[in-house]
Amino acid sequence: MTKLLSISALALAASTAGAAAQDIGACLITKTDTNPFFVKMKEGATAKAEELGINLKSYAGKIDGDHESQVAAIETCIADGAKGILLTASDTSSIVSSVQQARDAGILVIALDTPLNPIDAADATFATDNFLAGELIGKWAAAKLGDDAADAKIAMLDLGVSQPTVGVLRDQGFLQGFGIELGDPNKWGDEDDPRIVGNDVTAGNEEGGRRAMENLLAKDPMINVVYTINEPAAAGAYEALKAIGREEDVIIVSVDGGCPGVQNVADGVIGATSQQYPLDMAALGIEAIAQYAADGTLPQPTEGKDFFDTGVALVTGEPVDGVDSITVEEGMDLCWG
Amino acid sequence: MTTSADEAENIDATAAPQAEAVAEFDQQHSTLQRVQHFLHQIPAAVPLIVLVLSIIVFGLLLGSKFFSPFALTLILQQVAIVGITAAAQSLVILTAGIDLSVGAMMVFSSVLMGQFTFRYGIPAEIAIGLGLMAGTVMGVINGVLVAFMRLPPFIVTLGTWQIYLAANYLYSANETIRAQEIEEHAAALQFFGLSFRIGGAVFTYGVVLMLVLVFGLAYALRQTAWGRHVYAVGDDKDAAELSGVQTKRVLVSVYALSGLICALAGWVLIGRIGSVSPTSGQLANIEAITAVVIGGISLFGGRGSILGTLCGALIVGVFSLGLRMAGTDPQWTYLLIGMLIIVAVAIDQWIRKVSV
Repeated sequence: MTKLLSISALALAASTAGAAAQDIGACLITKTDTNPFFVKMKEGATAKAEELGINLKSYAGKIDGDHESQVAAIETCIADGAKGILLTASDTSSIVSSVQQARDAGILVIALDTPLNPIDAADATFATDNFLAGELIGKWAAAKLGDDAADAKIAMLDLGVSQPTVGVLRDQGFLQGFGIELGDPNKWGDEDDPRIVGNDVTAGNEEGGRRAMENLLAKDPMINVVYTINEPAAAGAYEALKAIGREEDVIIVSVDGGCPGVQNVADGVIGATSQQYPLDMAALGIEAIAQYAADGTLPQPTEGKDFFDTGVALVTGEPVDGVDSITVEEGMDLCWG
Repeated sequence: MTTSADEAENIDATAAPQAEAVAEFDQQHSTLQRVQHFLHQIPAAVPLIVLVLSIIVFGLLLGSKFFSPFALTLILQQVAIVGITAAAQSLVILTAGIDLSVGAMMVFSSVLMGQFTFRYGIPAEIAIGLGLMAGTVMGVINGVLVAFMRLPPFIVTLGTWQIYLAANYLYSANETIRAQEIEEHAAALQFFGLSFRIGGAVFTYGVVLMLVLVFGLAYALRQTAWGRHVYAVGDDKDAAELSGVQTKRVLVSVYALSGLICALAGWVLIGRIGSVSPTSGQLANIEAITAVVIGGISLFGGRGSILGTLCGALIVGVFSLGLRMAGTDPQWTYLLIGMLIIVAVAIDQWIRKVSV
């Protein structure tokens, strides 16, 4: 009888232990579930969650900028009793109150890719150093131009009028890397360096990239350096330049490292791009949630930074002195999408 | 607008026929009311005046940079896609409906054209044909739901907007087909991006298509039985039905044509952005409705001209480029466009009073 009892007790213990692992719930909330960047992120999170026996649920906005769906997703995760949330916020400021509710409920919230505003609104941020990503392409463009950098004509193709942090960081990083004095580093468009022809917004897609490039070319047709927020916008800008026959004498730089973008570097459409690693962000995020669920450890930021840096590398076919870069082939191996 | 001499003459002129008239409505003749009457007869006049004024204002502000053949034709290029989807939207709104799915039909058609070519190796010309058919079928689905199931157009297209967009993402796996590959293997997909020059002016074939389409539809709406039926259905569906118009057939034809035009817009979209990208055109439905409303077509149906829609799209284009060249924050564009929308609807309401 005692034996039977102890066996059933053991069985019970085993089953609760098994259930405990499955009981760790985690949520992944992305801007959309169609952008290859977030598809890759979901892939990384799902694989790691399966490995660690975590029950992962994924949510996404309908379109980029769909803030309401993300708030609803956070509320669902709270109601669901999740242990951790990985969040790529569409609206980095407005989401803060919802994030606070989740944290009050004892949930670990990690911002992926896009830092919240303020950054410490989340328990941790796992992201590309977007400022550094911008700085790398800025330095590369300046080195590429050499002495001509002193009278370059620069077009800035940004993300959106609401100036989300990721767009601001890349923009400001690029300018700093290029050697242009920044105004307020928390916003773009306030610099008074005459080399900047203007800023325009692209929504991060081809259509917006083309329109923004056309607008700035109408302002000054002699633009010779184009910063773009991401590679689809760069592809659109290239079409606008091609339409006026200037695609050969303009340097386009970008950030992301998606496979079509890296292919565009190979084809000479984009001069250089800074590559980021969404799969790593998500996998590391899931590991951090597992750790937190096990013993309450909070993830620590990279030394000297206020977030955990998941790395960035400059991809170009034409390396320049003084700026580390990887080749197009290496970039292709690591690309996403 | 009218001099006092004109006015005097007018009073004389009206006095005379009134004497011999057998039966005539009592007409009032203040200047304002004559303007109102004039605008009622020519619905494209208001947007045309606004368009000309805005070109003049930006021309004065920015000088030859803006007021150049290059910049002015650039505006045409920038509004080509909105202009074409707005033409489709105009047809539907004239029937007192609304089509929220125009952008979704456009982008899904373009994705189908691209994926058929690259995924299945179908020759581009045939893939384009299939894409155009797919757009038409999407339109027919909208039309049948509206005409035969008698569901409100807003609800129907609210649903199909999301269905077509989701199908677009699911089918494409959100994969972009790069411009370089299209150029190499399926140049026909980029046909509407090709351009030709007349002096300093640059026209793409997409712009030509927009102009041909708008003027063709304007002719069809004014001069053909089908066109008059479209207006009749929008003005008073029951009355149209009683007078022998096959309203259901007219409605389905309008939605089908809307779908086909959106698919054409999808083809133009590939030409414009070079690549096939499933994330394009997310705001096309709102932009199309904006052009239609600023263009003076009544959201209550049966009133307005498709030429007004073209002006509406161009006004938005002029504002966007003009303000950008003046170096203002893009937010100002949205603010002014928003004000224009409200003014346009207010004018529409005011003009309507003439017919009551």
